[in-house]
Amino acid sequence: MEKIKKKKRKTFTRRDFLKGFGSGALGAAVVPKLVSQDVFSLQTKEGKIPLYSKKQITLNINEKNYSLVIEPRETLLHVLREKLNLTGTKKTCSGGECGACTVLLDGNPIYSCLTLAIRADNKKITTVEGLAADGKLHPIQQAFIEKDGYQCGFCTPGFIMSSVALLEKNKNPLTEEIKTALSGNLCRCGNYSKIYEAVSVASKSMRGA
Amino acid sequence: MKNFKIAQPKTIDQITSLLSEKRDKYYLMAGGTDLLGEIKDEIIEPEAVVDLTSIPNLSYIKKEKDGVRIGALTTVAELAKNLMIKQEYPGLHEAANGIATPQLRNMATVGGNLCQRPRCWYYRDPQVKCRKKGGSRCFAFRGKNKYHAIFGGGLCYIVHPSDLAPVLFALDAEIFISSSKGDKSIPLTDFFILPKVTVSKENILEPDEVLKEVKIPAPKRGEKSTYYKLMERGAWDFALVSVAVKANVSGDVFKDTKIVLGGVAPAPWRLKKAENMIEGKKITENLLRQATKEALKDARPLKENEYKKELIETIVYRAALSLV
Repeated sequence: MEKIKKKKRKTFTRRDFLKGFGSGALGAAVVPKLVSQDVFSLQTKEGKIPLYSKKQITLNINEKNYSLVIEPRETLLHVLREKLNLTGTKKTCSGGECGACTVLLDGNPIYSCLTLAIRADNKKITTVEGLAADGKLHPIQQAFIEKDGYQCGFCTPGFIMSSVALLEKNKNPLTEEIKTALSGNLCRCGNYSKIYEAVSVASKSMRGA
Repeated sequence: MKNFKIAQPKTIDQITSLLSEKRDKYYLMAGGTDLLGEIKDEIIEPEAVVDLTSIPNLSYIKKEKDGVRIGALTTVAELAKNLMIKQEYPGLHEAANGIATPQLRNMATVGGNLCQRPRCWYYRDPQVKCRKKGGSRCFAFRGKNKYHAIFGGGLCYIVHPSDLAPVLFALDAEIFISSSKGDKSIPLTDFFILPKVTVSKENILEPDEVLKEVKIPAPKRGEKSTYYKLMERGAWDFALVSVAVKANVSGDVFKDTKIVLGGVAPAPWRLKKAENMIEGKKITENLLRQATKEALKDARPLKENEYKKELIETIVYRAALSLV
């Protein structure tokens, strides 16, 4: 824990330094309205094209707007976990190979580790934190608990987000369709059959069957 | 991940203009699933990333009299769920549906799929400077080469990872390219290049050029197509070997056949000899196996990938027979 904290502080300090340095050196290029935004325009034949080193964006996450200044390299996963403290979305492989970071972008499941936050500007994001309503778990979350749809639980938020996307479009999926929809999520405990069962039970309860 | 700047231009002209002036270390990003992986692994170090998704109207599937036009930023998921594509170009539908995972299909684009970089583990290893990255040799040639090329190698033995490329090849697709010098259209067959032409890249795109659109001619009467893909696991994998077959089928006779392989060469690979041997004949498993065997005489497997020949023989006949 101590180690992580240390690392964080170091990164922050360096960025802080760069930020101060950058705004001095590029003072003329910084848009005055948004002081912390770092941008300069490149003159081309087709007019000026802004080039951002830092940009102010607005993310609509679980129906709440968050306005923040980020660097282009920051992934949606990084922003969710490290800047907004929404740690339900998990970081595992960080390379689009495990599915633990799955969130919904405009209703479609995507890997937040391979999505630049800057490109999610003004888009609607749903994370696992946005599923429960009025103190009640989402039927899929409930079904994962009832059917033991997890073992260690680390992959679970990703699986649940993929399941939410599936059941939005297909109210009564066949087992094959569930498997296909969840084929972008890995469970290293190997709990797949219980996961499929949980999704199937959730689809029943959501249909009121 | 090292930081980079990002440009979010509003028109293709702005992009080509930007690239024509500052082309070094400026990288185009479409879906970003491949490019971001390369940046994270420090295989490339962009000074700036040019975001193609900031341009409106590059994502579309338009049916016209003489064929269908697909915008470069159309996602693979949109392609896979398009009913017209499923009906008229079933091979393309199958290929799109078999790419990666639902999440990646929602992100990845048609243009990006055609322009993605190879998966060769030497290329993807930042510690290794192979010939593709400006080094002096291809480490796969005498190294671990289970997943490498058996056709078209020499200098570099990558296989092209795209699933859409073989089927678009078979469907006689054309592509439209924009640059600061103007637009041009070329057959997809002229788009991909072998390492012996240029080892550092897999297609003809210059740094100031942007792939804008793919066009597929309208299917002829009786035209059928299919795509078969063999993987080491049931989902989420690149092809060990894949094949796109397109033919005008009447009964069990094939005409104008195209057999294009994926996963076996640095570019989609046509089995012309096999195509010629089955042209106009009654299709049987035997004939297809014979024809494929004949075409496979040109293969030059490496130490660990001779197995691909057997896989090819099997999927070619299975795919072709499925069209009868």
